[in-house]
Parts: sequence; C-alpha cells; structure tokens
Amino acid sequence: MAVEFNLNGTRVSLDVDPETPLLEALRNDLSLNGPKFGCGLAQCGACAVILDGVSIRSCVTPLASVAEKSVITLEGLGTADNPHVLQSAFIDEQAIQCGYCSSGVIMTAAALLRFTPSPDKEQIQQALSGHLCRCGAQPRMLKAIARAVEILNSEQA
Amino acid sequence: MNSSRRNFLKSSGSLLICFSLPGCSSDRGKSGGGYAFIDSRIRVESAGVVSLSLGKVELGQGIGTALAQIAAEELGIGIDRIRLSAVDTDYSPDESYTFSTISVQQSGPLVRKAAAAGRHFLMQRASAELGVPTDDMSVLDGVIFVSGAATDLDYWKLIADQEFSVEVTGDERYLPVSQYRSVGQSVQRLDIPGKLFGEAIYLQDLRLPDMVHARVVRPPAERARLVDMDSEEVERMPGVLDIIHDGDFVAVVAEREQQARNAATALRNSIRWSRPDDLPGPDSVYEWLKSAPTRVESIISRHSSRQDTASTTSISAIYRRPYQAHASISPSAAVALYKRSKLTVWSHAQGMYPLRRAIAHTLGLELDQVRCIHKEAAGCFGHNGADDAACDAAAIAMQFRGRPVRLQWERGDEFAWEPLGSAMQIETRAEVDESGRISSWDYDIWSCPHTSRPRSADTAGHLIYAQHKNSPLRIPAAASIPQPAGGADRNAVPLYVFENMNVTKHLVTDVPLRVSALRGLGAYANIFAIESFMDELARTAGQDPLAFRVRHLEDERATAVLQRLSDESAWPDRPAEGSGEGWGLSFARFKNLSSYVGIVFKVDVDSESGEITLKHAIAVCDAGLIINPDGVRAQIEGGIVQSASWTLKEQVRFTESGITSRDWTSYPILRFDEVPQIDVHLMPHNNQKALGVGEAAQGPTAAAIANAVFHASGLRLRKIPFTPDQILNTAA
Repeated sequence: MAVEFNLNGTRVSLDVDPETPLLEALRNDLSLNGPKFGCGLAQCGACAVILDGVSIRSCVTPLASVAEKSVITLEGLGTADNPHVLQSAFIDEQAIQCGYCSSGVIMTAAALLRFTPSPDKEQIQQALSGHLCRCGAQPRMLKAIARAVEILNSEQA
Repeated sequence: MNSSRRNFLKSSGSLLICFSLPGCSSDRGKSGGGYAFIDSRIRVESAGVVSLSLGKVELGQGIGTALAQIAAEELGIGIDRIRLSAVDTDYSPDESYTFSTISVQQSGPLVRKAAAAGRHFLMQRASAELGVPTDDMSVLDGVIFVSGAATDLDYWKLIADQEFSVEVTGDERYLPVSQYRSVGQSVQRLDIPGKLFGEAIYLQDLRLPDMVHARVVRPPAERARLVDMDSEEVERMPGVLDIIHDGDFVAVVAEREQQARNAATALRNSIRWSRPDDLPGPDSVYEWLKSAPTRVESIISRHSSRQDTASTTSISAIYRRPYQAHASISPSAAVALYKRSKLTVWSHAQGMYPLRRAIAHTLGLELDQVRCIHKEAAGCFGHNGADDAACDAAAIAMQFRGRPVRLQWERGDEFAWEPLGSAMQIETRAEVDESGRISSWDYDIWSCPHTSRPRSADTAGHLIYAQHKNSPLRIPAAASIPQPAGGADRNAVPLYVFENMNVTKHLVTDVPLRVSALRGLGAYANIFAIESFMDELARTAGQDPLAFRVRHLEDERATAVLQRLSDESAWPDRPAEGSGEGWGLSFARFKNLSSYVGIVFKVDVDSESGEITLKHAIAVCDAGLIINPDGVRAQIEGGIVQSASWTLKEQVRFTESGITSRDWTSYPILRFDEVPQIDVHLMPHNNQKALGVGEAAQGPTAAAIANAVFHASGLRLRKIPFTPDQILNTAA
C-alpha cells in the first residue's frame, strides 16, 4: 500500500516497501539530494530532515512512520532564487568545506530556530552536538547560524 | 587536430592550447603520452563562458575556485565566467593525484601558462582585427579596450564560429603580480551554493537509468579467508539480482538499495571465515612496532662540532601516536558500468589516472577500455576507501554487465577497511649546552609506511579486491617516500639548526593493518614530537619557548611567523604556569618546503574530570603568494579542528583478531560543542611562489595543545590521544 505524506509542501505518494528507510525513499525514489547517507546508525546527522517541525534522522526512520506527516528537506527550505536565511548565511560565511554534512546541520538549525528564535552560541552548539563534521568547518557553521539569527531578529525588530 | 599533428605535438613535447566552439571537443583527445595536455585546459564557450578543465579534484578544499581565480586573472575575465569540469580520463589533463598540499603549486602554473597563452592569442587576433598594436590594447572581463576605451570586440566574438589552437611556447608574458585584481583577494567558492541548495553534485547523487545497488560482504578482518558459503536462500530474497563470489570477494547486487543491504546481512550470516589472530593486542602496539622487522634509514646525520658532554644537560622522551582513521563522513562509494567492452567508473578517489591504471591491471583490461570520472564526496583527507570501492564496483560491474552498479560501503566497512594512518613511536634525546643552546639532537622513528596507493600495475595489489579475488595480486612491499617530502619521516628533520643531529627512520615492513596516507602523513606525529620536545628543552634551558625557538632558527620567514604570532597572541602576556588557562605554542614549515604555520592554543584542564577544554587557537600562516585568502583561512581552521580531534580523541581500536572501532561511538571525533574559537592571520608574500596549506596545521596543532596542557596543569602528555584517562593517569 502506498505511503502518502507531505514533502516540501507537496503531497507525495510512494508505493514501495513501507520499511524502506525514509532516507532511501527520499534519495532513491524521490531523487532528492539534500539528505545524505553517512552512517545509517543515527550517529552522524548527515541524513537529518524536519518531520512535523522536528529534526529527525531519516536513515533509521521507516517510510511508513511518516504517513500523513510533513517532511521538509534542504530543497524545501529554500532555493538559489529564494534562499532560506540559513542558506544565505552559510554562503556569506563560506561555512562549508566538502559540504556533505551541511544539509543535516542546516535542517537541525532550522528546526532549532522554529522553537528558539534567539539561541545563544551554547544553545546552537548543544542542538548540533549530534552532528559530525570531519572537515572542521564547525566554527564557520556556528558563525553562519549566529549570523542568520541576527538577521532574523533584526527583521522582526 | 588531426593525428599527424597530435603525433607531432607528442614528439616535439610542445604544449598546445585549444580554443573552440563545439568542434574542439573531439580533439580533446586522450591523455597519457609524454607531454602535458594543456590544450584541453581552457575553452572559450558560447556567450560569455570560459570552461576550465581541471587536472586536480575538488575535495572540499576549494582548489577548483583557486585555479579558476588564476585562469580568470591571467585571461582578464571575471571569475563568474568560469565553468569547471571535473577530471575525466577521457579528456582531462593527467595531473596524477590531488594530494600532498601541492595542487596550487603544481596545477596553478600550468593553468596560468595556458591562460596566458590564450590571452596572448586573443589579443593578437584583436590587434589584427582592429589594426591597433597590442601595446595599445587591454582587456577587461573579456572586452577589448583600445587606449583605455572599450571596443565592441570581446573574446567571444573574436573566436565565434571558429576553431583554432595555440601552442604554448613556455615563454608567455604573464600579467605582473602588481596588476592582479582577483588573485590575492578573497572570493566565494564557486561550488558552495549548489551544495547548499541540494543540487546533484556528489557521487552519491549520481542516478543513472536502470541503476542497481550493490553491497560488499567483507571478511571480519584482514587475512581472514572464506571457508564456506551457502548463498542459496539469499539468492531467493526479494530484489536480489546477483551474488558475486570471487575468491574471498563477496558482493550482492539488488534492484533496490534496501534489498541489497538486507541481502548483504543475510549473506554475512551464511559465510564461515577463518579468523586470524595475528594482530598486536590493543595494549602492545608500541612494543610490537619496536620489535617488528624494520628497514633502517638514516635521514640526516650531521656532526659539526665536538660535544663536550661534561657541560651539557641531556633529556630524552618518547612520543606516541596511535593508528588513526580518515573517517570521512561519507563511507566510500562508486558507480561502475561495463557496456560494449568499455568500463566506466565514477569515483571520489584522489587520482583518476592512477585509479584507471590500477583497475585496468587488476581486471585484465586495456587502459583505453577503462574510463574514470571524478565525482565529489565528503572530504577524504588522504587515501581512504575510495580507490577500493571504485575497484569493488568495477569488479561487480564486470560480472553484472550492461546496467550501472552503484556500490555503497556501509559505515562499518569504511572503519574496518580504509587504510589507516600508521601508529608511530618517536624517541628523542637532546643536549643543551651551558649557553642554553641545543648542542645535539638524536631522533628515531618507528612506523609502518605512509603510502600504499594503487597507482599502477605494480601497485594494484594494494586494492582490497586485488587481494581477495581468485588469483590474487601480490601485495606490494612496504614503500618509503624519499626526502625531502618523506613519509614516516615527513618533517622529521627540524627546521631548527643544531650542530649535531641524527634522524633515523625504522620503517616497519611487516604491515598487519592496511595503512596509507592520512593528511600530513608522518608530519603530524613528528611535529607533535619535535615541538613538544622543544618546549621541554626550553624549560630545561630556563628560556621562554618562543624565544628559544627563534634562537635556533636561521630561516627569516620562520622567525617572522613566530614574531607575528607573538604579537597576535600577546604571547608576552602569557599567564604564569599552572594559573588556570594554559597557553601552548608550536611551529613548523610543512615538509620543510611548504607553508609556515605557527599556532598558540589556549586551553583549560579540569584535573578532576581529566577533560581538556579547547578555548582559542591563534594561527599565523605564511603561504607565499596567496590565491584566495579566505580559502587559506578555511583550510587552516579545518586543519586545526581536525588535528585537535585526532589529538584529543582518536584511536582505532582493535584486538588480536581485527578492528573493533566500526562506528562513531567507538571512534568518536570532536563535536560542535567542543570546537575552539579560531583566528587565522595570513602573511602574504607576493614575490614568493604560492604554497599549499592543506596539511600545514596538523602537526603544529597537536604540539600546541600538548604544550598548553603542560602550561595549564604541569602534565606532559606524550601519547596521543589526550583522553581524560590519560590526564588522570599522568603524574605531574
């Protein structure tokens, strides 16, 4: 039976094994590139997507469990023409090296900003402590997120 | 280009640059042969675009952007006009590997030469068209100017609808450095936006029509052998298309990725392996290193003064570094397709041409039957599982023909099978004379090799598949990388001047765990040892560590870096020893011939928990002429974080029968809440050649942390990693 869910604002229906990991459904069946395979063990965060507002690990989430829910990936966050403030800030700070971990980091940061609009550095670090980056771009990513927070707050002021 | 012309170029060794609209692509030709293939580097495409065919691969280090900057500068166009194309053995220049922090040095001049030749040709053509001498002309973003006024002519009109080529003579006139507009300025990397918007960039994003999924089922350890296998039930599992069994090489092919994974798990349970127990135990690695068979090599032996031992103070120390992993965030993967007698392999390895040679030899194919195309993956930091995965995929594709095979290693495959950075033991002894100078220095290194790249028929035996298949290839003998670069002995010769100095390498030739190049190779442990020991010696001599180093240096650029580091870190204000915050200093010139990096690290040490908190790193770097300052800063910052991770946390765990650290829990790395603030200060020298920086921060970081920990706590840590256990067990 097909699994139906909302993906980046559009309703999708997937008629594949419902035990397929969400990550593989997104990448292999729906051709999305944002969420990445890093460990398949929910240890690195490269696969993080937002499920009903919360950052989750799509590599260990069965497709069946997202039925009738809303999934947002990097692609749904913003585009080159209409970037999310985090994406712009990552470009401005040149915050990535290989960039492989950045989709997951950005998704978790986006989920954090939803509930905590003005996180301090420690809150950002805490939220991202389950994300691994091997290039050592963490200091720049932290700066980029702080910059995004600043922009969001100045827009609301 | 017709074949006689190509042969002429080949035989004359001349270089050629080829500009064209579509026509030239057919002439980009094959690489190889005895000449550099500059004709395929730069093409002026339609409507304002120039394409640059890279000879080096993008690893997240920003090399594509730096080379684009060089090309754009020399051509006189904006960098936004450049389109980069990745290395493809069907047409790219053969620049071997992207490694060893030499891409800017190696590829930069070649790109510059091609671009200068292109600019020269276009200006001459403009001169003929306008009837104006080239001396009166200039170019701005591809538009021709005469006596300072813009004309209607630009590069794209000049070569429109024509196909033409220019030989690079080698004596092109380059743009004077004083006229650089882009080189030396920070530019945003060309590849970053696409990565942040989820474009199909990485190897993992390659989805070919009809593609199938594969997994390998590896033995539990090296030298384990397949005893028996019962795959009947697995063959009947849903989606399973093929099971490959070739000696000790086992793989499964399925329609869907999850089916391949499930089948691999089932297959794993259906195989009995012999289980070796010939590894050194977890606690005896260093004893084993010192007792294993070695090849002894004197790296330097200098004796310029008689030693008066009566008036000297002698100290000695032993430094250790464990096996460590590249631990790329993306486990290795590859896509391969064998169709119509041609094998195409998409790989994230560091060298497509060497990979092609190794795969062709391993699989018994002619070189021109194999095409290797680079696709990016997560940062590799040296020779990880990429080459092996490429050969695995190729071997599977040779059996399962006609459909593209996508092979993905699991996380555990990468941790258990990637070639590691070798464990090392370093023993030092030095004497300080009564004037407070180091009068003698003895230094011995024990290490496995730091290279085992499969780059040729002779070295293809390094590939896992080559070792596991029926009729396996011989595993090549342990290789040494000669000085001045060196492997285990990289940076083993201090830049400091001592009157008497012996440096000796003991290369362990019997290699129990796969080892190869990990960022910096031996430089990481050698600089850790030398720069820790320099601090110990400064203390023995009762001198400030920074002044003590300067006193032993004759290289003015080195001294300048240390002076700048003193200023930027306010080194003279360093707090007193043991007063809380520890400040540690370290310095090296990578390979003694690349970039200079000095670092001051500030740390806290909690003596109750044994935790080290990394607070602040201040780095100074002299990389000669700098192409993209922000790119250099990013590399130094990343190097500091990664090396800090190695130094505080990382060691591959194993028992007598195999590697046990196979996930991120058993092989932890530094996390977002543990990274320090980092400030990088650059000292550009426009009259010096451009130097790479990719590996320059690894060694200095380790020693700066060790020295800072000592300054904070009085604990001298000589064994990496500096875990809380080690802190608690090290007597002050």
